[in-house]
Amino acid sequence: MEANTRSTGRLPAAFLTPGSSSFMDFLSEHQPEILPGNRQLPPTQGVIEAPHGTTIVAATFPGGVVLAGDRRATMGNVIAQRDIEKVFPADEYSAVGIAGTAGLAVEMVKLFQLELEHFEKVEGAQLSLEGKANRLSTMIRSNLGMAMQGLAVVPLFAGYDVDRGRGRIFSYDVTGGRSEEHNYAATGSGSIFARGAMKKLFRDDLSEAEATTLVVQALYDAADDDSATGGPDVARRIYPIITVITDDGFRRLTETEASEIARSILERRLEQPDGPRAALL
Amino acid sequence: MSTPFYVSPQQAMADRAEYARKGIARGRSLVVLQFADGIVFVGENPSRALHKFSEIYDRIGFAAAGKYNEYENLRIGGVRYADLRGYTYDRDDVTARGLANVYAQTLGTIFSSAAEKPYEVELVVAEVGETPEGDQIYRLPHDGSIVDEHGSVAVGGNAEQISSYLDQRHQEGMTLAEALKLAVQALSRDTNGSEREIPAERLEVAVLDRTRPQKRKFKRISGGQLSRLLDADAAGGDAEGASEDDAE
Repeated sequence: MEANTRSTGRLPAAFLTPGSSSFMDFLSEHQPEILPGNRQLPPTQGVIEAPHGTTIVAATFPGGVVLAGDRRATMGNVIAQRDIEKVFPADEYSAVGIAGTAGLAVEMVKLFQLELEHFEKVEGAQLSLEGKANRLSTMIRSNLGMAMQGLAVVPLFAGYDVDRGRGRIFSYDVTGGRSEEHNYAATGSGSIFARGAMKKLFRDDLSEAEATTLVVQALYDAADDDSATGGPDVARRIYPIITVITDDGFRRLTETEASEIARSILERRLEQPDGPRAALL
Repeated sequence: MSTPFYVSPQQAMADRAEYARKGIARGRSLVVLQFADGIVFVGENPSRALHKFSEIYDRIGFAAAGKYNEYENLRIGGVRYADLRGYTYDRDDVTARGLANVYAQTLGTIFSSAAEKPYEVELVVAEVGETPEGDQIYRLPHDGSIVDEHGSVAVGGNAEQISSYLDQRHQEGMTLAEALKLAVQALSRDTNGSEREIPAERLEVAVLDRTRPQKRKFKRISGGQLSRLLDADAAGGDAEGASEDDAE
């Protein structure tokens, strides 16, 4: 390519060509080789070993939505990282949590954040929450080739819908299939256990504080039964990442706030290892 | 047999510069000022949707006077440049200096290429630093030259007169309300020296505010916040009076 951004010369023609407000569309025309989906993989045998992230959970409450994730990344039966971050702000009013191949997922989040920001700057307006969710769908679909070789990325997307005035959750499958989840959702290897916990504990009228407790309870239960999900690590002061999105925008709970929730749950679990009980009838 | 028409290079460039300057002069002027917490962009703009100021990247803002479709094109080119650079390297590697260089090269190439008509635009690229000393303001005239400015800068048709007015009155460490009032005063002066009133709804105001907790420092000021800032000044009379009132 004759012109690139590394030289300080004139802006290449592609930069000044009127076109789409999408950064990904721009890249696919100007420098397609740096888009993650365009990478060619050599034929491989078996599954490629790379660190995997595990459980992400989300729950709505009146006025917003909570998205949280554990901190463990595993490679086979080895703990690859104890303090990995898998929940990120996507923009002011949404967040994305990722389970699956950590390296690809982090790259996908970076591109997704940029895609939303780029649109906002070019158009002078934010995408609708639905539009953001669809954009993420496209990105996962472009990763399908790698997903088939075991490098799947499965995100959970949550945001505050400014137009409708409520929190919403979208879950995805490896093919980019998108579905809106009501009340609560989970993804990753520990998600079945997390979903079970939330199913019993979720109520329509949770406060923000109760919703954050709910997701940490769910993560605890996921870590309890799934070896790839990490529980709160009190000794190393590594707690789940908890984010809250409301009318006021995105907020990540501080380490102190997260540790308070985690510690109070741990204390209760010392007396009742299986956690809170839902009523039988 | 006709002889080819000869135009000296000096004459050709002078004609092109004249053409561009006339185009820019048809648009309204705008000003960019440093204040204590950052950089403020002020301009007269009857449109709510077609902006003269916008965000390029985290700490970098863009302002333009002249022909809308041409500066809009450059603005989007700048956003693409910044986003691509931030994606390939790191967010910190996107700088106003780099962007201003790219714009200067682009404008300069267009200006001196006989095949293209010169752009009728004048740009300002500003980056807010951690401290007022770290602020950078670059002015880019139509011919691709680049001027490193401090304190205040005006671009557009009436720029020289507004600049000299601002140079005399702009001080370091002004509050946002003071800087805004000074900017509006400067813009209200016509070429013949008379003053006219610019209503708040015709003003476009944006800031790069270093005190914002977010990474992205660009913020538009409109509606209630804008009228509060303008009223804060009106109550205090002139700029000096306002600062004394605030101190009470």
